[in-house]
Amino acid sequence: MENKILTDDELLERIDAIGIPFGRHGYDPYGVDRRELLKNFKRLNWMTQNYFKLRTHGTHNIPAKGRGMLVGNHSGGFGLDGGMVIASAFFDLNPPRLAQGMADKFIGNMPFMSALSNGLGQFTGLPEHAERLLEEDRLLMVFPEGHKGTAKLYKERDTLVNFGSGFLRLALQHKAPIIPFTFVGGGEAVPTVMNLYKLGKAMGVPYVPITPWIVALPLPVRMELIFSEPMYFDGNGNEPDEVIEGWVQQVKERIAGLLRQGRAVREGHLHPEEIRWD
Amino acid sequence: MGLKVVVTGAAGKLGSLVCRHLVHAGHEVIGLDPRRGVNVPAGVEIIAADIRKRTAEEVFRSRKPDAVIHMATMAEGRVSRDERERINLQGTRALFDHCHNYGVKSLVFIGRHTFYGAAADAPLYRKVDDPPRAIHRYPELADLVAADLYAGSALWRYPEIHTSVLRICYTLGPMKHGTLAHYLKGPKVPMALGFDPLFQIIHEDDVVAAICLALEKQIRGVFNVTGPPPLPLSALIEEAGREVVALPAGILRRVQGRFGLPRLARGAIAHLQHPVIIDGKRFVEATGFEYAFDDEVAIRAFATGTGTGHPAPRR
Repeated sequence: MENKILTDDELLERIDAIGIPFGRHGYDPYGVDRRELLKNFKRLNWMTQNYFKLRTHGTHNIPAKGRGMLVGNHSGGFGLDGGMVIASAFFDLNPPRLAQGMADKFIGNMPFMSALSNGLGQFTGLPEHAERLLEEDRLLMVFPEGHKGTAKLYKERDTLVNFGSGFLRLALQHKAPIIPFTFVGGGEAVPTVMNLYKLGKAMGVPYVPITPWIVALPLPVRMELIFSEPMYFDGNGNEPDEVIEGWVQQVKERIAGLLRQGRAVREGHLHPEEIRWD
Repeated sequence: MGLKVVVTGAAGKLGSLVCRHLVHAGHEVIGLDPRRGVNVPAGVEIIAADIRKRTAEEVFRSRKPDAVIHMATMAEGRVSRDERERINLQGTRALFDHCHNYGVKSLVFIGRHTFYGAAADAPLYRKVDDPPRAIHRYPELADLVAADLYAGSALWRYPEIHTSVLRICYTLGPMKHGTLAHYLKGPKVPMALGFDPLFQIIHEDDVVAAICLALEKQIRGVFNVTGPPPLPLSALIEEAGREVVALPAGILRRVQGRFGLPRLARGAIAHLQHPVIIDGKRFVEATGFEYAFDDEVAIRAFATGTGTGHPAPRR
């Protein structure tokens, strides 16, 4: 990722270069908010330059235009991984792209959070939303582990939990390439020692992560984000479950391999130029 | 060639606009409405009859209309809930039976996009095959949801009638007609703190044009009717020259109808939190409908009470 703090004008220029059809009020037909994007990218720009030490690899594997599905692992804590993917797609790609994630359903009920996540193009995780975004040739970001993935504890940080298969059927039905990615370092940034599920339930969230310093403020650690070559499967999405499951496993294995490489890069055992993209 | 059209709810704000448009387009219009002495456009014959009563049936028997536009359903309450349910459901039933018994060829049912219901986990754009959501949280809408589905069932019960059910988004315009106009009525307009859902509006004149188009094209089926792309509620309120009062949803529930804030049904609060946006592509494909007025014009027309001449010009 290039080392630079952009001005508001430069950020707006990049936001407009994404090609989102903003209307008169600066909102697109889904409520993606130009001003909210500016605020968010300003924040991400500062965070990735001054706070976290984020390195991105393989961004050339993300399609420059047209639909695509970024599929990766959660690495503990909360949606830090998603934020870093959004930052990478915006700051690393030319022209920039907006990675649109599928937010957990509980967010839709939370004041401010729901308005914010929608304004940033992070819609509630529904197949209908994914289909619409793909049909409009946007870039979708999917974490097939779901919130069980963000709930990983420190010791589980670089493992993968069960993958859902819905994303793969969607990719096949809409002929979208799958770009597997891995994110390493989130577990170190937010080393979760336990998750409070009952407190979470009372607060209307799935759980509340607890770190050694209690609140889940992330540490400024080194993080690696690796995008691999796109994967295509020859199918239409109507294949039986066992066929789909086999392909999901292929994606999962690709991500597991990336994860091992990411760990090695982060610890200095592997030079970034030696990363295998397939 | 003009049609003989019965319009129920013809004395209402939108009803009278539809009548005027139909007369202008060369149709013969018979309005049915028990309300007296309001909004009767020139050239429209208004018969003061309740659609559930004998007088209404007599109109069908003796006048043999070609088509019906059914606008006599009620959203909020000048009458009791029981009475409203009877108007919305028994009335709709009676009307379909008359159409069947007296050879009416087409019927346009005017429904509402609120049919779909507001919920945090509902898709942003609703299609006509989406089921209604969260009815239990908005019981005031239940009979309208039922009336909509009942009207749709005419497609198989009376297949000889060209039935179209139009689910129309919020209307806005100089007549200040409808639910949204009521909500935006006062100088202070409440919002649920921390939420800013998208709202979809269509100019009154565009709605009238869409309804008449549905009649003339004799489309069959269920359709969403929309105008310009949606805009956030906060932008809508500000552009209408109103002041936003953002309150937590729990408090809003208690203070609605007081302190200069509009009276809202309990379930309506959810509609200030989650969007109900409809996908109107199917209607456009079936009729070639194009809206003539964008949101800016519609909001200005509403805010100033002026704006356009009737009937609606077409783009």
